[in-house]
Amino acid sequence: MAKKGVPLSEMATSDTHGEDSPYFVGWKVYDEDPYDAASNPSGVIQMGLAENQVSFDLLEDYLEQHPQEFGWGCGVSSFRENALFQDYHGLKTFTRAVALFMEQIRGGRTQFDPQHIVLTAGATAANELLSFILADPGDGLLIPTPYYPGFDRDLRWRTGVNIIPVHCNSSNGFRITLRALEDACAGAESIKVRVKGLLLTNPSNPLGTAITRPVLEEILDFVAQKDIHLISDEIYSGSVFSSDEFVSMAEIVGARGHEERERVHIVYSLSKDLGLPGYRVGMIYSYNNEVVTTARRMSSFTLVSSQTQKMLASLLSDKEFTENYLRTNRERLKKRYEFVVEGLSNAGIRCLQGNAGLFCWMNLGELLEEPTVEGELSLWNLILHEAKLNISPGSSCHCLEAGWFRVCFANMSQQTLEVALMRMKDFTEKMKAKQMISSL
Amino acid sequence: MRVIVPLQAVVQGRGGLVLGSLIPCALFYFLQLYIRRDRPSSSASNLPELAPMPRSLSRSLLSPRGSSGPVRLSSRGASVARDDDNPYYVGLKRCAEDPYHHSSNPNGFMQLGLAENWLSLDMIRDWLVGNVKEPLLLDEEGELSIHGLATYQPYDGLMDLKMAVAEFMGQVMQGSVSFHPSQIVLTAGATPAVETLSFCLADPGNAFLVPSPYYPGWDRDIKWRTGIELIPVPCRSTDNFSISIAALELAYNQAKKRGVKVCAVLVSNPSNPVGNLIDRETLYDLLDFVMEKNIHLISDEVFAGSTYGNDRFVSVAEVLDSENFDRRRVHIIYGLSKDLCVPGFRVGVIYSYNENVLAAASKLARFSSISTPTQCLLISILSNTKFITEYLKVNKEQLCDMHALFVDGLKQLGINCASSSGGFYCWADMSMFIQSYNEKGELKLWDKLLNEAKINVTPGSSCHCIEPGWFRCCFTTLTKQDIPIVMERIHRITESN
Repeated sequence: MAKKGVPLSEMATSDTHGEDSPYFVGWKVYDEDPYDAASNPSGVIQMGLAENQVSFDLLEDYLEQHPQEFGWGCGVSSFRENALFQDYHGLKTFTRAVALFMEQIRGGRTQFDPQHIVLTAGATAANELLSFILADPGDGLLIPTPYYPGFDRDLRWRTGVNIIPVHCNSSNGFRITLRALEDACAGAESIKVRVKGLLLTNPSNPLGTAITRPVLEEILDFVAQKDIHLISDEIYSGSVFSSDEFVSMAEIVGARGHEERERVHIVYSLSKDLGLPGYRVGMIYSYNNEVVTTARRMSSFTLVSSQTQKMLASLLSDKEFTENYLRTNRERLKKRYEFVVEGLSNAGIRCLQGNAGLFCWMNLGELLEEPTVEGELSLWNLILHEAKLNISPGSSCHCLEAGWFRVCFANMSQQTLEVALMRMKDFTEKMKAKQMISSL
Repeated sequence: MRVIVPLQAVVQGRGGLVLGSLIPCALFYFLQLYIRRDRPSSSASNLPELAPMPRSLSRSLLSPRGSSGPVRLSSRGASVARDDDNPYYVGLKRCAEDPYHHSSNPNGFMQLGLAENWLSLDMIRDWLVGNVKEPLLLDEEGELSIHGLATYQPYDGLMDLKMAVAEFMGQVMQGSVSFHPSQIVLTAGATPAVETLSFCLADPGNAFLVPSPYYPGWDRDIKWRTGIELIPVPCRSTDNFSISIAALELAYNQAKKRGVKVCAVLVSNPSNPVGNLIDRETLYDLLDFVMEKNIHLISDEVFAGSTYGNDRFVSVAEVLDSENFDRRRVHIIYGLSKDLCVPGFRVGVIYSYNENVLAAASKLARFSSISTPTQCLLISILSNTKFITEYLKVNKEQLCDMHALFVDGLKQLGINCASSSGGFYCWADMSMFIQSYNEKGELKLWDKLLNEAKINVTPGSSCHCIEPGWFRCCFTTLTKQDIPIVMERIHRITESN
């Protein structure tokens, strides 16, 4: 912070960017000492980044066969149009292709109207936009815990909106209950915060589980009763290991009336399912025309490059490719997941039973010196600096139970994963041995 | 302020109807009449819930806010959701719905309200065709690799692009100053660049002094979500709309009296909408002014490479280089949408000398990052300095030609333009053709031009110009053949006035 000289805003000088949390600190440590099988075999392995690299080869094959499209995204004749294109509605071919892709992910059980899609430069921007649109500074958004650490920043930083956690715990597999929702609402009321919406991530990050139909129905009833909005962040919808295990809010809403539908907004992105976070392609799908109009206007701050839209329109419209991609991607993620869970199990570590996502939710409660946040962070630090593994502590995700950690597995090669699991095993054995000695 | 508050209560329907309505309304009415003579800051800006609207549409101050459905939007959302009556946007919309085409739609709307440059795109396209054959996904070994493009990259832009952009900016400023990539934060367009910078410099309720007329987009880009007030500081036609430090001083003091904290002066150079350049002397004066008040200076230089005429463009960066000013208060907004004609690709720049601003802005950039493949494409284009030099030269020549033709055409209709050396437009004085010398008269003419002559130009009132009758006319989306048609259409309106 500037000690003297020209003052900056509160926002610029405050810590609400949240980057001092362990979640981000771990990344920095990784950046300074990144693992490389050949050149830095003792470096830190990054398991704190939910990136999907398992299916790049499919994308590479595609563009080998279609070089023109990926070259610089536009044919000679349409370069001009593309370079000038700034329509907030997005390229028609692209939004249509995205709508189709989303339908494919949901096994054709839902329909998406491209005109209800508002493009943003990533889901980060989509979530922030909805926060600006649905809530005023000082209002609250209910979010079930544990949740993606980035929300603390994305939803609150510039918007001034508060997050009201809806606490879930392991007694029922971290399922969202009506009781927890009611408690959270009551809590908000007691501190005079007006709740404006509920944000779900389905499948959940960091749990790696898809929310079941009955729970989704219950949640929609709840938001209708409270007259609030519902944001369903379905960014991992294409990463559910078995496609029929995913129920989208779009499916639930299909059978409901206009008044209920109007409060539902879905967030999506190509960063996880398609493994293209660098492309910055996110979107809001809203059933509420006013929200669509508003979001579209506000998307001026976060438009997707026209070149990128053009490039991806062809890719996403190729039904044969997308079907194959989705199926193969799911299989590979499932295989990875099972491999990781088995590997951890061999190390005596249990995970939550998951069926989606790029990570698993593991329990190291037994290794904690004390069942507190401090104990958890102390263990996290050891894992980072001794085992040289960057995993994400549950406390960063606002999990009330100490000892849970999110472990990402899709952003590395199989070999690296094996090394990581080996390190985890060695570490746990060492810790257990230490515990045994100290308890003598 | 106190006069406004009860009115606020009335607008929000929160009681105080009797207490709040009669006397303050009358006072407010008389205040408006008095204020209208000199056109200072819009009183609408004191009511943060409402969207910025031109003064003539005061009925919107009394319309109910919030959505009509059962589930409400935030007040920010609701105000944005309401249809925008601002002529700036209305005109753009009409044009988009029914655009002119010389053969397929000769009766369509001609777009003179959009500052886009179509004159030199073919040069870029030709270069790409000749130079970028293989996909941009080959790694060092020439192997196809999507890794570098697809994975998460720094939110504030690839270092290679920052370097290429810094080079480009140097070339644009004709080698008079060099820019450092480490002082750059890249964003998806200049729109988020200016908003992000604003978030870093000011808190809700603070204000920027903005010499007017100014770019209408700022009312949305800066005020909307940040809650920052823009205080127009009028410039006058008598000195070709040049910035007056005395006027800035006056505005600063007036704001102070109101209890409003001014955090920065925001200028555009070359000016949008006038097209004139800020001379070196004035840049020095501006720097002195902001130093004395301990505030920031934001210089939006998006049109720096789109200059013509005899005056040389001087960036504030050049002045900083040569003197001992406190640089930490100076920030430049730039982008590729104007000078490189690629608005669709979304590339904006915050260039700052303040490391705290850079630190904050680079974090905020996550909400508006540039797509990596687009970054790679641009690195390719920008790195070819020989092509860029040629491109900038030819582009300027074409702009110069079009500008001369257009201004000449207007002159023949008896319409004079402010003297300008940059931008994609001219600032035309059509005050002799408006029936009543006020905003209403101006908007009447604008309406005729739009709906009868089907020409979309931007009225000065949208730009907060205090002298009625000035219009911004963009000529860079036209071909030379279009110009006589435009003139003929304008003539139809002016001869009947």
